[in-house]
Amino acid sequence: MGFVARLKQQLFRWHSDGAAPFRLGQRRIFILPTRAGLLFAAALAVMLIGAINYNLALGHALVFLLVGLGMVGMIHTFRNLHGLVVSPGRCLPVFAGETAYFELILDNDRRTPRQALELEAEPGQTVVTAVGRLQITPIRIPVHAASRGWLALPRVRLATRYPLGLFTAWAYLQPAMRSLVYPRPIAAPLPTASPLPVDGERCGDGGREDFAGFRERQPADSPRHVAWKASARQAGDGALLIKQFSGGAELDLTLDWQQTDDSLPVDTRLGILTGWLLAAEAAGRPCGLRLPDQEIPPGSGDSHRRHCLEALALCQP
Amino acid sequence: MSTAVDQPLDRRTVPWLLATALLTTAPHAVHQPIWLSSLAGFMLTWASWLWWKDERLPNRRLLTLIVAIACIGILAEFRTLFGRDAGVALLVVLMNMKLLELRSRRDAMVAITLGYFLLLTHYLYSQTIPTALWLFVAMWLLTATLIRLHGNRNDSPDETLRHAGLLCLQAIPFMLVLYLLFPRISGPLWGLPSDAHAGTTGLSDTMSPGSVAQLAQSGEIAFRVRFDGKLPAKQKLYWRGPVMEQFDGAAWRPFPGHPPPPRLERLSPPIAYESTLEAHHQRWLLALDAPDALPAGASLNATLTASNRQVLDQRQRFRMSASLDYRFNVGEDQGVLHRNLALPAGGNPKTRALAEQWRQDNPPEAIIGKALALFAGDFTYTLQPPPLDRDGIDDFLFRTRRGFCEHYAAAFVVLMRAAGIPARVVGGYQGGEYNPLDGYLVVRQSDAHAWAEVWLQGKGWVRVDPTAAVSPARVEAGIADALPFGEPLPALVHWRAGWIRTLRYRWEAINNAWNQEVLGYDPQRQRELLARFGLPDADWRSLALALGIACGLLAAGLTAWALYRRPVGDPVLRLWHKALRQLTRSKVDCAPWETPLELAQRVRAQCPELAEPFRRVVDAYLLARYGSDNNSLKMLRDAVAQLPR
Repeated sequence: MGFVARLKQQLFRWHSDGAAPFRLGQRRIFILPTRAGLLFAAALAVMLIGAINYNLALGHALVFLLVGLGMVGMIHTFRNLHGLVVSPGRCLPVFAGETAYFELILDNDRRTPRQALELEAEPGQTVVTAVGRLQITPIRIPVHAASRGWLALPRVRLATRYPLGLFTAWAYLQPAMRSLVYPRPIAAPLPTASPLPVDGERCGDGGREDFAGFRERQPADSPRHVAWKASARQAGDGALLIKQFSGGAELDLTLDWQQTDDSLPVDTRLGILTGWLLAAEAAGRPCGLRLPDQEIPPGSGDSHRRHCLEALALCQP
Repeated sequence: MSTAVDQPLDRRTVPWLLATALLTTAPHAVHQPIWLSSLAGFMLTWASWLWWKDERLPNRRLLTLIVAIACIGILAEFRTLFGRDAGVALLVVLMNMKLLELRSRRDAMVAITLGYFLLLTHYLYSQTIPTALWLFVAMWLLTATLIRLHGNRNDSPDETLRHAGLLCLQAIPFMLVLYLLFPRISGPLWGLPSDAHAGTTGLSDTMSPGSVAQLAQSGEIAFRVRFDGKLPAKQKLYWRGPVMEQFDGAAWRPFPGHPPPPRLERLSPPIAYESTLEAHHQRWLLALDAPDALPAGASLNATLTASNRQVLDQRQRFRMSASLDYRFNVGEDQGVLHRNLALPAGGNPKTRALAEQWRQDNPPEAIIGKALALFAGDFTYTLQPPPLDRDGIDDFLFRTRRGFCEHYAAAFVVLMRAAGIPARVVGGYQGGEYNPLDGYLVVRQSDAHAWAEVWLQGKGWVRVDPTAAVSPARVEAGIADALPFGEPLPALVHWRAGWIRTLRYRWEAINNAWNQEVLGYDPQRQRELLARFGLPDADWRSLALALGIACGLLAAGLTAWALYRRPVGDPVLRLWHKALRQLTRSKVDCAPWETPLELAQRVRAQCPELAEPFRRVVDAYLLARYGSDNNSLKMLRDAVAQLPR
């Protein structure tokens, strides 16, 4: 850690805020004049000299009123941040290359609104929000997800120039939050189905070759599989029915780490696997996943998909 | 440190900026050349139109060209770019120009800072109460625009204005403290441009027919006087300005040079007074005749005119005293007497002839009496005298017979000189209007006057006011009574109906208080004030200390207000906590994890006499918390009230 970084660390008291809600106290709010504030101060100095030179009593009064306005503006800028309660919210997983959104929950338990709060985790990615009086507002902070794995929320700078723009008050927020980043999917044609297992075990349960009966529809099921006639015969408010098939072993798909070209870098190979997984899902084909460190039996549905993607994101070959 | 400064400007902020530009530059149109105001108006209209049509702003090269042309115009008009008027003109042009390049928030900030600066320039021209109020409104709007620029764009204008008003009001205590305690320096710090104090009227040091009459049509206030004792009789109030001894046939001028100091015998006790003179750009103090004690830095010249060392370029206060009865230069220098007998050769033959005729065997007093009797005959006192021919005095005395005080004074002095009596013209003011509300005597330009002084053996210089012979009312009551009805006088002097006069008195008393207390707050007043608060001989160091402490206290108070978090009022929760406190008094504590129902059970076991009332509280609380009955809060309040204490 360089000297400047250490100095900043000392000065701004950077430390993790943990996962609990915290209130912004005066010790963690910093305030400095903005460039506009310096311009304003320079203008006031010139005005004061003018007022003295021309002996303008009201000129003095005006300059002093503006000085007072600057002071009041500073206090109000500080007040705009002071006492705000910040708590970490949710963050949904994203694919590498996309933008992860970290949700912070801003709780204003004061009777005046807090306006024009600027949050920024990465330079140039500023989000502006306001929290009404006695309101709780979630705000999503964008962070570019560059590579797969866990992405921790970097230090967030919460700043405001409200109301006059002459001062900027800021605080650093560092709640313990992380988002899972899936590998960047690489589009590739699906590999051929894996050979039948040697022991002849049927692994095509829930396939769609031979009609095997009905079951109740679950949210993950495609509407195309709904047995409309059978459902209509059901009494009134019963759930929709799904036709179940069995067999079709040649369509059972296990996406295997070994199937990818081992001369490629790890992230690319995982990307290819991810692309396959998404393609298989789009085609409605259940599939399993075989990675160097774990194996997931074929399946389908949201939780299966999430499970597979998580495994791909955290895979350590 | 600074991010996102250069945000593009929100379209809805632009009208605010247009309004501030209008509010801060429009009043300058009163004293600016018409082409400049038109240019500024054109740019403002152009900017508004572009905003209305949502069109692209003109390119920078065109704007630079316009500014360059405007600068050349200003240079041609004022011959400089740095004087007061030229500087203000430049600022007005720049402000309106900035409206045509409002692209980002930074542009808007520059425009607003310019706007604040422009507010100051108005005080170069006027520091009256209406100006102050107008500019406070302008400042309010500027601040609202700032808030608009940095705050929530969806706030209603009302809300923005309300917030800006709050900020401005909170800034006022700081202003007061700074105004009172900021170490004052009496300017100027360096030489002011020549036009720094242009545009005010006052008595001139030459007198020609019509000069006083012209001045007398102005209702502006020349000075205000407060006497320590009783107000002297009005016909004794002669405020002495320049004494004019040289006559060239048309105009009267003071004699240049520095003759010996006056020898003055004071015959009545001195009357002390304080006079607040408006800026008149001369040195005269317009002291009451005859001046006695003078303020430091002032002196009496040989003709008894009190002058200040510096030119009066701004309103100033002086303490003086006067003896109303006096004898002045009884033994006058022969050179002076000779000078005051001189007349231009060959002019005004009829007047000379008349004077020669009076001179035969008549003592000076009788000659004066004859002259005054002549004026008392069929002469008319008027502000609109007919124009006079080449021999002005002859024409006036024998043909037109209509004139204002300078005509009578000049004619009288010429008659006296021709008759061999040393005489001269005195310029100044006569009378004044007493304002019963604040006890000040207000002397206006309309009270400008000219009278004569003659030198008599054994008596010295004696004042003779020929106007009093023509129109006694002028000296006893004032100009409004002396003039025939319908003469053009300033409206202020003319309105004499009772209630209007009362209103006017009140307004002028307020203005006077404003001038004396607010605008007249100078280094001396500051010292007096601090001495009253136990800080005698305060230098800038102790002032800075006091200022620092006061501002620090104010800021601390405001911060405390700003950061204080009032407990959030959930009335149901408050009532529940109140009930729990009462329960504590009966030795039943609520554990943090206990639900209300469990607590009620425990109360039944530990403290049976409380069980029933507390059960009601719990029921009402649960209903208020989770139920949908609007009346439940009242039930809870009643239940808590019924808990035994």
